[in-house]
Amino acid sequence: MTSILRENISLAIAGSGGSGMLSAGELLLRTAARTGFYGLLTRAIGPQIRGGESAALLRLAHYPVETHDDHFHLLLVADWKNFHRFAGEIRLGEDVLVIMDENAGDPPEPVAAVVDEKNVLRLPLHALAKETGSRVNMVALGLLGALLALPRETLRAVVENFFHRKGREQFIAPSLAALEKGEAVAEPLLRAHGGAFVATPGKPCRDMADCGARWLISGNRAVATGFLQAGGRFVAGYPITPATDMLEWLAPRMERLGGLLVQAEDELAAINMVLGASFGGLPAMTATSGPGLSLMVEGLGLGVMAEIPALVVDVQRIGPSTGIPTKSEQGDLQLALCGAHGDAPHLVLAPDCVVDCVHTTAWALHLAERLQCPAVLLSDQKLGQMLAITDAIPPAPWKAGRKLKDNCAESEEPYKRYAITEDGVSPMALPGAPGCLHTVDGLEHDERALPSSQVEDHAAQLEKRHRKLARLEEWPEEEMAHWAEAFGTGEVAVITWGSSAGAAREAVRMAADEGLHARHVSMRLLWPPQKKRLARLLDGVERLIVVEQNHSGQFLHYLKAHYTLPETVVSCRCPGPRPITPRQVLRALREACAMAEPFSERVCT
Amino acid sequence: MNRPEHAPRPADYKSGVHPVWCPGCGDYGVLAAMTRAFAHLELPRERVAVVSGIGCSGRIPAYVAAYGFHGLHGRALPVATGLKLARPDLTVLAAGGDGDIYSIGAAHFVHACRRNPDITLIVMDNRVYGMTKGQPSPTSEPDFAAALQPEGTGVPPVDGLLLALASRASFVARGFSGQPNELAEIIVAGIEHPGFAVIEVLSPCPTFRPEQREWKRQVQAGLLQPANTLEEAMARVLTAPALSTGIVWREKRAPAPMMPRPDNAKELAAMRARELAGIERSFHP
Repeated sequence: MTSILRENISLAIAGSGGSGMLSAGELLLRTAARTGFYGLLTRAIGPQIRGGESAALLRLAHYPVETHDDHFHLLLVADWKNFHRFAGEIRLGEDVLVIMDENAGDPPEPVAAVVDEKNVLRLPLHALAKETGSRVNMVALGLLGALLALPRETLRAVVENFFHRKGREQFIAPSLAALEKGEAVAEPLLRAHGGAFVATPGKPCRDMADCGARWLISGNRAVATGFLQAGGRFVAGYPITPATDMLEWLAPRMERLGGLLVQAEDELAAINMVLGASFGGLPAMTATSGPGLSLMVEGLGLGVMAEIPALVVDVQRIGPSTGIPTKSEQGDLQLALCGAHGDAPHLVLAPDCVVDCVHTTAWALHLAERLQCPAVLLSDQKLGQMLAITDAIPPAPWKAGRKLKDNCAESEEPYKRYAITEDGVSPMALPGAPGCLHTVDGLEHDERALPSSQVEDHAAQLEKRHRKLARLEEWPEEEMAHWAEAFGTGEVAVITWGSSAGAAREAVRMAADEGLHARHVSMRLLWPPQKKRLARLLDGVERLIVVEQNHSGQFLHYLKAHYTLPETVVSCRCPGPRPITPRQVLRALREACAMAEPFSERVCT
Repeated sequence: MNRPEHAPRPADYKSGVHPVWCPGCGDYGVLAAMTRAFAHLELPRERVAVVSGIGCSGRIPAYVAAYGFHGLHGRALPVATGLKLARPDLTVLAAGGDGDIYSIGAAHFVHACRRNPDITLIVMDNRVYGMTKGQPSPTSEPDFAAALQPEGTGVPPVDGLLLALASRASFVARGFSGQPNELAEIIVAGIEHPGFAVIEVLSPCPTFRPEQREWKRQVQAGLLQPANTLEEAMARVLTAPALSTGIVWREKRAPAPMMPRPDNAKELAAMRARELAGIERSFHP
């Protein structure tokens, strides 16, 4: 049997509904975090409300990881019942070790085709669980903890804490007994392989003080945290996968933060409640997914026209229509950029990793408030529902704040809500401000907010609404440093937006190890475009690889429309739900370096 | 309504902006009644917000000297709800027409009734889409013939009061724009009601429904009286003539929870800092 000794390890833990494999995965990740590892966990689940199939997909490493590896090195299954439903998302390496229950039958076709029978380990997982009165997931957890050489006492503390917080103390003793059984099963394997069988060599650090603090956080919680750190006060939302857990997490916290969360009757109501609260002066947001964003487009246009700040978080899922609600794709870029009718300039941003969800959300709210317009933040299911071990995330430096007009009572001139100003931003009077009475309007209007259908008013207000965003190109570098993240050198560059950045960053590092020097640019601010800034980042680049997770190349077409690009542009795109992996990007990089033709559209494999 | 001299007058609540409404439009009467109600309550103008959607009636915020929000077709209620929940210090009114509130905004109407935000809604009902020039609305009679439906709709109209009651609105009334004094009294009662007040106003459209000019002779003022039970209220709405006015239902029910208001900015900042620190700790593995 092959042992797996790697710097980073990818594990898939699967079972049919109720086997608790997702919990086992989370507890393993938590134990690894307390031990000093970095890592991540995503879930492969079906659309069923309860039960059905589920798999926890984990990656653990001694260094920060943002995305899954190409292959899984270990697959542990309690049963194969529903495995075929997500087999396509679990790519197995040739040396994969399969641990399965002895009575689960033979591995199904997609697994049998890859795995070497000598690497299949049949163990009495269910029988051992039964002996202890616990469940198979706890036996699996003990086994995996031992194979990974995670400290036994840390694992026990994590498990105890898990049941303690759920108020299920009666499960603690049987669970600990089951961990013991799993660890005992691991013993002979470990002995036969000199103590290291499935492991990342060495300890990540001597102790946690040495490691520095770790956080365990999902992208959805990170977005919510960024909103709160920046001063967010009002949330309205309508339940939709995969954004609901963000709303649920915020619900009990909003009031304790001097804020409010409302469950709206639909997404139309949610965005309009946000606009109403923001008109009242409170920094406000809603969180939704593609189908909800489609409905909110009407409200986005109103926010643009009436110049009301609002943050709309779209945790993208596979579309169009209802699509695949539980799985990830970067398919809403065009909708976010171009959705509203008329000329409707607004902000579009995308966080590029779980850590960045905190900061880019705070920046998006800051910009929306400062520029008095809506901002769409494009997260996705992968980022949103990924649970990641990160370094402690420093608080976001951006706060919500508007240019206000507090009192007009002394002024002889009537208050002009939409005054034409040099930077396009007009001081906003909130209800309550004496003497500044006015009616904000979704109709085109003059400076005083009175409806107008005149040529001059429309031209002046269009220009003003455009200008306040266009001015970002002139903002000082230190205020705009967050617009993109770039590293590396060379004449080849990989460019991404949103969650594809993780695979690209890792690919560029792997390429450097091969002596292939490349750059990576991750764009966080997608609208307004930053032509000069991107030109500087791509200065000297001759070949550009555009990586994105969708079928049509929405990012590619956006770049071509709004930027001057290097002569050779390669599109590397593939739809979800399988995440883009570092090796896919690395292959594209190698090919881009070798190829002769000026343009090639490449579909990822 | 006798008042001391220093008290505000209805004219103080008029913005001076010239309405787009046709001569004889019922909405002038609604504007008059609203400003009378504001003056009677002596509301500080900067603490009043009027929110509307789209339609002839949706133009009303700009004609009132207050803060206003002229938003999207059908969406006045969610905007008003967000505003009131975020700013409990304001007196918030929502205004719209029968198409705005009972058709494109019908879902919001039902859920606003349930949620019970402390808002007063004024539905100006003229049984026609006036702004788009005369199409049948959800309250049009089944045989009202128009270019878009030459045979009439052939379907029963929405009964706004019944829908409000079925959706558990806590205050339900009907007024008539041709009797602005009675209407002003109903609006005062609606504003004073701690919850969602639905006030449907018969507001004739002399341009596309000239026969509604007769309403002033047909309306039976004060025929609707507060009922003791919901059942009774529904029965009264069902049996009373369609052109009768009055308050038919009032019930004490907790309004939708609003933004907590800490005494001062310092207290709020301390509260937020504490909670944010707790959130950070919750991310420790």
